[in-house]
Amino acid sequence: MSRFQMSRRQSLQWLGLAFATSAMATELPGDSVYQLRVPLTDQHGRPFDWASLRGQPVLASMFYSSCDKVCPMIFETLHLTLKALPARERAPVKVLMISFDPTRDTVPVLQRTAQAHACDERWTLARTDEASTRKIAAALGVQYRRLSNGEFNHSSTLLMLDLQGRIAAHSGSLGSVDAALLKALHHV
Amino acid sequence: MRCGILLWPALLACCGSACAAADYVVMPGGRFESALPQGPAGSVSTPVEIVPFRLRAEPITNAEFLAFVRGHAEWQRGRTPTLFADARYLLDWTAPLQPGAADAAPVVNVSWFAAKAYCESEGARLPTWLEWEYAAAADETRQDARRDPQWRQHILSWYARPSTKAPAAVGGVANRFGVQDLHGLVWEWVDDFNALFIAGDSRTQGDPDLLKFCGAGAISVIDRDSYAVLMRIALLSSLAAADSTGNLGFRCARSVDGDLP
Repeated sequence: MSRFQMSRRQSLQWLGLAFATSAMATELPGDSVYQLRVPLTDQHGRPFDWASLRGQPVLASMFYSSCDKVCPMIFETLHLTLKALPARERAPVKVLMISFDPTRDTVPVLQRTAQAHACDERWTLARTDEASTRKIAAALGVQYRRLSNGEFNHSSTLLMLDLQGRIAAHSGSLGSVDAALLKALHHV
Repeated sequence: MRCGILLWPALLACCGSACAAADYVVMPGGRFESALPQGPAGSVSTPVEIVPFRLRAEPITNAEFLAFVRGHAEWQRGRTPTLFADARYLLDWTAPLQPGAADAAPVVNVSWFAAKAYCESEGARLPTWLEWEYAAAADETRQDARRDPQWRQHILSWYARPSTKAPAAVGGVANRFGVQDLHGLVWEWVDDFNALFIAGDSRTQGDPDLLKFCGAGAISVIDRDSYAVLMRIALLSSLAAADSTGNLGFRCARSVDGDLP
């Protein structure tokens, strides 16, 4: 094998590697929820793109701050789920909570809610506009509606998003750790 | 231009200006009692106030949707991420730019995301369930014909027919508001389709997944005799946003003043 052939093969390998890397960086799978472009703001008032969570396992759910029954249980269940993970698996996990109620869940309210539920920097509590909220719920398979008294009816869905933002597992059980979520986090 | 001028003189205003691109009719709104409870008590009727809005007189046709996908290539069959449209998306079309059925037939096999994108492209939105239900309560002469057993029977007779063929062309008899084909042609997406789960929320301790089904779903619907409406609710509540089916289309709505929803 000549030096030329060697270098040609090498360069092809390099080219292939470069292509694979750039494909990973740019091409989002068709079923990734990050395909949906929505303007989000976090509890510190910072605008962010949820696709920036790509590359990390994410536990996601939806809530509203004035909810005093189910929503605290959602926070509690997510804390329990994180605790149930070995430290090594827990380290990269992010938690994303998106409000059903952008009118009342302003940035200061989100910040207070984060404090009330002991959410550290791992957690993002986010809001967006009404139309984008409906789209996010549709992408996540969460059902909700606003009642005439300002409260919300909603399904209590906890989701695990894989590194590409695909829904790897979802759970509707609150108050205890769902094995399906743990398994998906374990396999990430 | 079909704005129901004879039936609804107020619509003259609409015909004069904004109807040029697509036929939208003005819906006067007002107090409306939904078949679904709107208040915190799942079994008590709470009338709501429908804010005046404009509604497309007819469902979106194949020809209209073709024009849309020509201008928005990302919504052509085969180019749309699966998050937004499942494998059945526009499956009845013979090619990505060629509808399979008549140009004037309502477009079907469209997902909620695709329907929303279409409406957004003309400065509109999908109607809410309440807006749709309010519009669909009218017959040719009455704003609310829902108590009339004969009218109910007439609507139900459509649901009883098997839908094996592609839907016929739009252009049915206009109702009192000047809106056509709300019954008898296709099912329609609404903006808040994922709000149509029934019998309260997770506080009731029930499995929310159970509520997605027709039988359980009927439990706390207020008007249990409105089978036609109940079937719509049951269908919409069973769908995911990327789903498309062979008899599900849509129409758009917008606010009365200005182009913004």
